[in-house]
Amino acid sequence: MAWVADMAAVLSLFCGLLFGLGLLVSGMANPAKVLNFLDVLGPWDPSLAFVMGGAIVVTAPGFWLLRRRSAPHFAPQFNWPSKTDIDGRLLSGAALFGTGWGLVGFCPGPAIVAISFGNPRTFIFVAAMLAGMAAARALGQRINNVVA
Amino acid sequence: MWGHRPLETQFTPWASLLGGMMIGLSAVAFMAFTGRIAGISGIVSRLLPPDGTVRTGLPFVIGLLAAAPLYFFATGGFPAQAVTGNTMLLVVAGLLVGFGATYGNGCTCGHGVCGISRLSTRSIIATITFMAAAAATVLVMRHGLGG
Repeated sequence: MAWVADMAAVLSLFCGLLFGLGLLVSGMANPAKVLNFLDVLGPWDPSLAFVMGGAIVVTAPGFWLLRRRSAPHFAPQFNWPSKTDIDGRLLSGAALFGTGWGLVGFCPGPAIVAISFGNPRTFIFVAAMLAGMAAARALGQRINNVVA
Repeated sequence: MWGHRPLETQFTPWASLLGGMMIGLSAVAFMAFTGRIAGISGIVSRLLPPDGTVRTGLPFVIGLLAAAPLYFFATGGFPAQAVTGNTMLLVVAGLLVGFGATYGNGCTCGHGVCGISRLSTRSIIATITFMAAAAATVLVMRHGLGG
C-alpha cells in the first residue's frame, strides 16, 4: 500500500476526519434536522443555515488566499472547477438530487459519516446512492462519447 | 413512516456554526494540500469504476468513516439520529441523491459550500435548485397534496 507513506494521503485522511467531525458536531448526520430545516411550515430548525454559513465564512477567504498561490503543497496543480455553463445537466441533476435529499434528509457526506453508526437504514440508503452514482457516471460517459 | 408527525429537533446555532467552520477548514486544507475540491459526491463517485482517483479520495473517505467512532470515544455516544424506516423511500431517495449529485457535478458541499465560496454562478444556481426541490419535496411529503 504505497499511499500509506504518502503525505497527501495522510493529510487527506485528516481532512476527511475533520469534515466528518464537523458534520457530527453540526448535527447534520441527523436527517430529521435537515428535513426540519427544509420544512418552513413545520417544526422549523434553522441550524442548517448556520452550518452552511460557518463553512462559507471559513472557505471563502481560505479559497481566496489559495487562489493567489501557484500550486498546492502535495500535488502538481490546483484543480479549480472550470465549468461555468448553466445547462440542462446541471439543473436536472440538482433537481433530482434535491428531491432525494428532501425525501429522507441525507446528502452524500452525512450518509457516509453515518454508516459508522451501524444503522441498517443508512446502509440501504448508501447502497442505493452508490448505485445512483455509478449509473450517472455511466450515462455521463456515454453522453461525452457521443459528443466527442 | 413519520411523514405526518414530524419529529421536533432542537435549534443548535453554536454547535452548527462550529461544525460548519470545521467543514470549511477541512475544505480549505484539502484544497491547500491536494488541489482538489472537498465535494463528497465527487470524491466518492470517483472511487467507483472506471477511473478510481483513490490516492487522496480513499483516505478522505476513510477519515469520514472514522469520524463517528472518534466522536463516540470522545463523548461516549453518537449524536441523536432519526432515519425513516420506509425501505422503498430509502432506496428511491438514495438513487436520486447519488444519480443527481453525480450527474449535476456536485452536492451540498461541492456546490453549496465550495461553489458558493468561489462565487460560482453555476454553483449558486445549482444550490438554489436543489434547495427548492428539497423544500418542495418536504412540503408534499409532510403537508401533502390532498393528504
